[in-house]
Amino acid sequence: MIPLGHYLFVSAVLFAIGTAGVFMRRNLITILLSIEIMLNAVNLSFVAFGRQLGTVDGQIIVFFVMTVAAAEAAVGLAIVIALFRHRESLNPDAFTSLKW
Amino acid sequence: MSETLVFYLLSGLAIVASALVIGQRNPMYSVLLIIASFGALAGLYIQLDAPFVAVAQIIIYAGAIMVLFLFVVMLLNAPQEDAADWDRTHPLRRPAMARVGSLLALLLVVQLAWALISASGMDAPVGAGGAAAEIGSVRALGRVLFTDYVFAFEATSVLILVAMIGAVVLARREGES
Repeated sequence: MIPLGHYLFVSAVLFAIGTAGVFMRRNLITILLSIEIMLNAVNLSFVAFGRQLGTVDGQIIVFFVMTVAAAEAAVGLAIVIALFRHRESLNPDAFTSLKW
Repeated sequence: MSETLVFYLLSGLAIVASALVIGQRNPMYSVLLIIASFGALAGLYIQLDAPFVAVAQIIIYAGAIMVLFLFVVMLLNAPQEDAADWDRTHPLRRPAMARVGSLLALLLVVQLAWALISASGMDAPVGAGGAAAEIGSVRALGRVLFTDYVFAFEATSVLILVAMIGAVVLARREGES
């Protein structure tokens, strides 16, 4: 039997990797992928806690997270395509028109 | 014993693949590596007696969402991260700023480690209480999903519809009416 803390540790490491990706990478697609890594890290915590408490609620929340992730990916990638048509670049620093 | 070995193997694979995802300059490799990471996480879900979540992870994440990412990567055909001049002279590249950023990142890691160490009940083996068959079955999952969470479930379908329309409107070429 694996202790709960080990699952939470894996989850924390994955979340930290996702956060680092959002800040380090200068590519909109990789940034979206890093957000997916963070969502998956939280999903792992939900399933582990749900298993620990003996309820299915953790798994239910994971389904909703997956749905929101799918919607977010669809809209986010559509925005990336629209931005690429404007600037011919995927670098987030290229889109500074709204910057004060 | 083999259970522990499988756990360390799968979590190691997930962590290494995720670290390589953010280490790649080519988004194509990033997408392929993240599929490996999601597959390892699906294995962890099976270990946690959640086979339906594991299958949904493979079908929805690795199957649908990542194929969408792959399509966009191929469609845009911009494989390399561009390193323009203004990128090297970016204000965040200044040493002082970089030092502050590293400090904040270190703080986040220390906080996470502290929270994990100081929390109680971390050593309790997961799955000690509650029958595996009770929460692992699709029947139990479906019953809760369509009774207690039925409003959220229906709201989700509206969300999907809105996202679909939004994606079509956003990705449409300008000039077409």
